[in-house]
Amino acid sequence: MSSLEQMYQQVILDHAKRPHGHGLVDAPADHRSGESHQVNPTCGDEITLRVDVDGSTVAGVSWEGQGCSISQASASVMTELVTGHDLADVARLDAVFHDLMSSRGKGLDDDDALDALGDASAFTGVSQYPARIKCALLGWAALKDSLARSGALS
Amino acid sequence: MTTTDTVRPSLTATELAAVRADFPLLGRTVRGGRPLVYLDSAATSQKPNVVLEAEVDFYEQRNAAVHRGAHQLAEEATEAFEDARAAVAAFVGADEGEIVWTPGATAALNLVAYAFSNATAGRGGAAAERFRLAPGDEIVVTEAEHHANLVPWQELCARTGAVLRWFGVDDDGRIDLSDVDRVVTDRTRVVAFGHVSNVTGALAPVAELVAAARRVGALTVLDACQSVPHLPVDLPALGVDFAAFSAHKMLGPTGVGALYGRRELLEAMPPVTTGGSMVEVVTMAETTYAPPPQRFEAGTQMVAQAVGMGVAAQWLGELGMDRVAQHERELATELVRVGEIPGVRIVGPADTRDRLAVVSFVVDGVHAHDVGQVLDDRGIAVRVGHHCAQPLHRRFGVAATARASASVYTTAEEIAQFREALAGVRAFFGVD
Repeated sequence: MSSLEQMYQQVILDHAKRPHGHGLVDAPADHRSGESHQVNPTCGDEITLRVDVDGSTVAGVSWEGQGCSISQASASVMTELVTGHDLADVARLDAVFHDLMSSRGKGLDDDDALDALGDASAFTGVSQYPARIKCALLGWAALKDSLARSGALS
Repeated sequence: MTTTDTVRPSLTATELAAVRADFPLLGRTVRGGRPLVYLDSAATSQKPNVVLEAEVDFYEQRNAAVHRGAHQLAEEATEAFEDARAAVAAFVGADEGEIVWTPGATAALNLVAYAFSNATAGRGGAAAERFRLAPGDEIVVTEAEHHANLVPWQELCARTGAVLRWFGVDDDGRIDLSDVDRVVTDRTRVVAFGHVSNVTGALAPVAELVAAARRVGALTVLDACQSVPHLPVDLPALGVDFAAFSAHKMLGPTGVGALYGRRELLEAMPPVTTGGSMVEVVTMAETTYAPPPQRFEAGTQMVAQAVGMGVAAQWLGELGMDRVAQHERELATELVRVGEIPGVRIVGPADTRDRLAVVSFVVDGVHAHDVGQVLDDRGIAVRVGHHCAQPLHRRFGVAATARASASVYTTAEEIAQFREALAGVRAFFGVD
């Protein structure tokens, strides 16, 4: 598989075409909610992401945005991955995904960590391209910021 | 645009091969051994050996502080620095006293904007009256500007109470002059515009804009970054008051550029960056300033880079800018043919009239970043994003485009390879 095919794996292209969580949804009144707008100024990619937190669980993630297939697919995969997870798990997944993005295409030695990422492990190929790492991290940055804004972390 | 009347032929295949052999970087491979197809010269150009050697030679043989020191090296360094200024001046038809070294075109444009600001704050005495703005005065730009020729004017307006106005662009990305008399008014003090759009490649109607500015006594500021490397440009003949261009887009080093200003204006303009080398008499209480261009060249200058810029100008001049322009006209004809590829839409003029070899485009269903990545996999380097022209992209309803741009060393074969690779992009992403 060429580097290009490693980056644009079918699972990524599928998520980009039919993204999960696309379209902003209001959280129920008794949940905490936070929203974040993130921009990648180098390419103009944008995302507005809203998180719905029930107690210490991410009950839902919704977003809208425009951008390249990597940023759209990453936001979609992340939505699927974190929904239903405890805040501590989400923080761990965020850390593992950042480690993966810093791996320069080598991936992670820790197979359990990689397994925990599910479809997000398909982004290993992206980490070979420094200019595209920001694309993959855009949704994650918006999630982290919206969680902070929701007040659920304090 | 100034061109000679007799059109000399374009570069022959042999000449073009010789030109390319002069650029070491063009010989390298990328992405697993693919020959590089460099179509990003509008962002920055590659450098010929003579420029690289000039910088090394300066450091190896002449390095010293210029305009000071009584030793031989200082004399030789100063001579090289000032010879470079003369070469750059000659390249754009100016006198050497009308060329100010700056760190780049962005710095040159900011220099002019801040000179207005300083004059407005009372600096420069009676001579600086032309640079003094009052609330309600107007500064005119265009919707096609690079951020470097937009943001400094927005900031100047914010500091002075002047009002920013602008010409829109038509559906081809050309500056719309239909309401020129409403945009340029008695309150207009500056008309700033790009000679050639770094996005669409379209040439601005310089004569009309200069005439409109002159009718109301406004000063003109030309962003010539995208024209000077590709066309014969005679700035005094264009009639503009100021112009900015950078070395790195015209085969020269990074870190240096030039501000052209008509001599009487540079003489009347207050300094911006102050410090060493730009003064006459300094006391603890106050300072008088050197005449231009030194008045605008505070601190130790980028001497080796300036020398490199001078050599780049000479190299292009010896090749002949009329022939460079003719070569690139042929490349523009090849580039606009991307519009024939199904699903590819050019942002800007789709024809070859009054345009240079810079073509931005969108591919239906595929983001520009993804387009660039697939081309990169074939060794083809293009720019993706908004190219520092967000308002122009907004005008066309797109966040990002991909852009292919040529220079003197680009070949028609490279553009054919690019078109072929581009034709396969939608299939790669399964878009039909």
